[in-house]
Amino acid sequence: MTDLTRLTAVEVARVVRDGEASAVDVAQAHLDRIAAVDDRVHAFLHVDTEGALAAARAVDEQRAAGEPLGPLAGVPLALKDVFTTRGVPTTCGSKILEGWRPPYDATVTRRLKDAGIVILGKTNMDEFAMGSSTENSAYGPTRNPWDLDRIPGGSGGGSSASLAAFMAPLAIGTDTGGSIRQPAAVTGTVGAKPTYGGVSRYGLVALASSLDQGGPCARTVLDAALLHEVIAGHDPLDSTSIDTPVPAVADAARRADVAGMRVGVVREFAGDGYQSGVQQRFTEAVDLLASLGADVVEVSCPHFDYALAAYYLILPSECSSNLARFDAMRFGLRVGDDGTRSAEEVMSLTRDDGFGDEVKRRIILGTYALSSGYYDAYYGQAQKVRTLITDDFTAAFERCDVLVSPTTPTTAFRIGERVDDPLAMYLADLCTIPSNLSGGAAMSVPCGLAPEDGLPVGLQVMAPALADDRMYRVAAAFEAAFAERSGAILEGVPAL
Amino acid sequence: MTVTVEDALTRWQPVVGMETHVELGTRSKMFCGCATEFGAEPNQQTCPVCLGLPGSLPVANEAAIRYTILIGLALNCSIASWCRFARKNYFYPDMPKNYQISQYDEPLCVDGWLDVQLGGEVHRIGIERVHLEEDTGKSLHVGGATGRIHGADFSLVDYNRAGIPLVEIVTRPDITSAALARAYVTELRDLVRAVGASDVKMEEGSLRCDVNVSLRPIDASALGTRAEVKNVNSLRSVERAVRHEIGRQATRLEAGERIVQETRHFHEDTGTTTSGRSKEEAQDYRYFPEPDLVPIAPDPAWVEELRASLPELPAARRQRLTAELGLSDADQLAMNNAGVLDLVLAAVEAGAPAADARNWWLGDLLARSNAADVDPAELGITPAQVARVCALVADGTLTATMAKDVFAGILETGDDPDTVVATKGLRQVSDVGALGTAVDDAIAALPDVAQKIRDGKVAAVGALVGAVMKSTRGQANAGVVKELVLQRLGVAPE
Amino acid sequence: MALTRDEVAHLARLSRLALSDDELDHFATQLDVILGAVARVSEVAADDIRPTSHSVPLTNVFRPDEVRPSLDPAASLAGAPAAEGGRFRVPRILGEEA
Repeated sequence: MTDLTRLTAVEVARVVRDGEASAVDVAQAHLDRIAAVDDRVHAFLHVDTEGALAAARAVDEQRAAGEPLGPLAGVPLALKDVFTTRGVPTTCGSKILEGWRPPYDATVTRRLKDAGIVILGKTNMDEFAMGSSTENSAYGPTRNPWDLDRIPGGSGGGSSASLAAFMAPLAIGTDTGGSIRQPAAVTGTVGAKPTYGGVSRYGLVALASSLDQGGPCARTVLDAALLHEVIAGHDPLDSTSIDTPVPAVADAARRADVAGMRVGVVREFAGDGYQSGVQQRFTEAVDLLASLGADVVEVSCPHFDYALAAYYLILPSECSSNLARFDAMRFGLRVGDDGTRSAEEVMSLTRDDGFGDEVKRRIILGTYALSSGYYDAYYGQAQKVRTLITDDFTAAFERCDVLVSPTTPTTAFRIGERVDDPLAMYLADLCTIPSNLSGGAAMSVPCGLAPEDGLPVGLQVMAPALADDRMYRVAAAFEAAFAERSGAILEGVPAL
Repeated sequence: MTVTVEDALTRWQPVVGMETHVELGTRSKMFCGCATEFGAEPNQQTCPVCLGLPGSLPVANEAAIRYTILIGLALNCSIASWCRFARKNYFYPDMPKNYQISQYDEPLCVDGWLDVQLGGEVHRIGIERVHLEEDTGKSLHVGGATGRIHGADFSLVDYNRAGIPLVEIVTRPDITSAALARAYVTELRDLVRAVGASDVKMEEGSLRCDVNVSLRPIDASALGTRAEVKNVNSLRSVERAVRHEIGRQATRLEAGERIVQETRHFHEDTGTTTSGRSKEEAQDYRYFPEPDLVPIAPDPAWVEELRASLPELPAARRQRLTAELGLSDADQLAMNNAGVLDLVLAAVEAGAPAADARNWWLGDLLARSNAADVDPAELGITPAQVARVCALVADGTLTATMAKDVFAGILETGDDPDTVVATKGLRQVSDVGALGTAVDDAIAALPDVAQKIRDGKVAAVGALVGAVMKSTRGQANAGVVKELVLQRLGVAPE
Repeated sequence: MALTRDEVAHLARLSRLALSDDELDHFATQLDVILGAVARVSEVAADDIRPTSHSVPLTNVFRPDEVRPSLDPAASLAGAPAAEGGRFRVPRILGEEA
């Protein structure tokens, strides 16, 4: 019998639709796989066995009743623990939310359920999505299935690792500065950050409201596109949700053709700090696109050099405010309430105890950047840089349909390697941050293994806002050509 | 040495500015669909958004934006063509997100004024800004001696009020006396009611004032240091708080002390203020544009539509009522305070003479409302019914006493006045033939009185009229009876 | 422009973080380095550039004034650290009232 965990989401959906396996069988196979390997990977913070089987049974009943099934009905999914799930623990990788069961579903959660997608559980992440390695989780790091001593990327390392370790064919991530794309790159999987406003943020526990965007993670571009279509679309509960039709990303992924498209290579994303194997695979990827008929040009985005600095002012500022609600009054952890301490003292003790170092660093940094007397020099200036970066993109997209770059400057680094050096950690998001600042779409697709360490490298494809379909089209074309030349990358992942 | 207010005013000019918060009368909250009804069980009107639960997001209520613009227009403000909400960051247990969604340097309405009448003079109070924000929850302080926040053991928080839209109206320091401060708030309250933005139920705390008071020497122009008195929640308190501050500040200044810029709290029971936290250690609110809400850019056509829809405002109406109906300012104030002004005007509209309508609504009908503990508008008597009763009195069908019975009948049965008159047989008897016997009986029963009248003591006629009224159970037309008595006794009417 | 330990302590108070002395030392050093790195935004942000606060070109997103069902308070209070009589129970509040 086929190993159900090795199938793509498209194949799983077909198998369920055709009755070759029940949705319950599919869910059980993945739950078994989780039970077998997740003690080593630690992708999941919570496995919702009961909920998953119930959802799978509902799909089977729907099929038995002759009701039409959605394109991804019965497909299991790993949900990043930053989306609220009614009655199911939601921690955001933080001790401060340990044991909290939200009384409501995020819009993304609801849309997944409505589509008949089977949520297996909640995946590990850097605390409140702050990090690039998943080492900042209060519940211990997730390990990269390619090498258990290495990081799976972050903040959505649990979601990317669950895909690479065949614990789920689909996952959901969130991307504030690269938290979908960088984990995808270092695990040899696919991850897309839709246009800001494309996927509802309602029920996504906010890191930086103006940058956060939920998006699909999968092992193939088409799977990601199909998942994209499930979760995207206007939501009246999110004021920043775009009220226009979702771009036809699945059609674009099926079309998978780049002939005549103009592909821009961003000059600034190269040089010092870029691993040679990453550079090499990226150059080969660009050549492959050219061989498929793409018109490759070099473009310059001079202000991208300032993106990291602007990002590390805007993000801490917004997060210092967003995380103020974790105060021990209405939900979550409460520390030091001995009947004599004041609310203010209990808040301060709880927040010191409940937040990890990176969260505290960013809260203090953001508080500083917003304080009177510093606002103009920091937050105000960073917002101007944001305008300059958006203008760079606009100019580049006048010449090109999409832009490409390595997704991240290096392959997966070792666990512990950068924990004491925040600035070094921040560099992992160098190439991904500009799209968050501008609000455009961007995704990562595997483009080989670095020769020096045999670890996955990601190709980033960036598209203008609302043109998500373009990046899927290019990524799918690349994926097909690459597989034809070199075989599917994930064939190389260790068996565990 | 304590300086009295009157004494202080001979040497010091008070300079007062006000920040007034009014809860808007929307059905749902500012950023979520929870109901805003007053008096619900604790936390019954809460959801992830107004509890500030992780992941929740605000979406602005269109009616709150509309009401704010209406208030701004009524206050002669310019309406911003583009503005944003901002987050005001500070920690407090009754504020769910530990930031308040408010507006900072881009308010919805700026630069207006309000004309306030006081002592026959019109005072123009400058309006600096009108902006929109959300209210906080309410804490119940438990334990300790006083039940007040100070010394309490713990607190219990109800978030029903959290997220109710609040409009904040900030004046320039143009208010020059305690009485004018009160008159300003009264006028503002009436204006907010007139545009339909809120019922402004002050007893439910839906209007709250912060009053900034400073003194400057009467012959100098430089402003003094101000104190901000928080949470002044009634018209009377506004006046008392300002008066107290005038006395307190004059006392300090004349003793050579300086005024500390600080927040002070007003105490209803004593009419005094005490120091809160000092502004020197003031919070740094770290305002920044609210990323979860997109900018507001009111369409100029919409703003003009709203401007055109503004009803007649209180000041204009007052002038018109004086000119057209002869209702004095004092009368209007009394009717307004009693909540019957609109009812009187509606009765006039339905044909009642203004003076009669005023007398009924301020008299008998107000008394009935008070006895039933309802708003006069909820009493169950319509202005049209009042107009009809007035007409029946005017044409002699009813006496004033009968009219009261008619109102009682309407309240009892819900019938219209004519039906009540018919069913209760309340019809004044003016027919000379029908009254003749009663008059003769009365003269026969009181011969002494009759003789006095014949002797020229015409004033005694009242006793005979009274007797007839009594025997006809009040249904006789007193005027007709009097004429008849005098005629029978051969005395010429005066 | 160096970020001092005292400044970090002030920021920690503003952000309601009861940092230990060790944390204060540690963060002061780290934050100073980070601030040095991010300060370069001022190299390019000239006066005539408008700031971007939102990356979606939307305005006037409103909801109609309609009442929607609230949460069952039992559900929200169940997640509270302490509750009493339908209310959230919180430690004594250091009031602004005198």
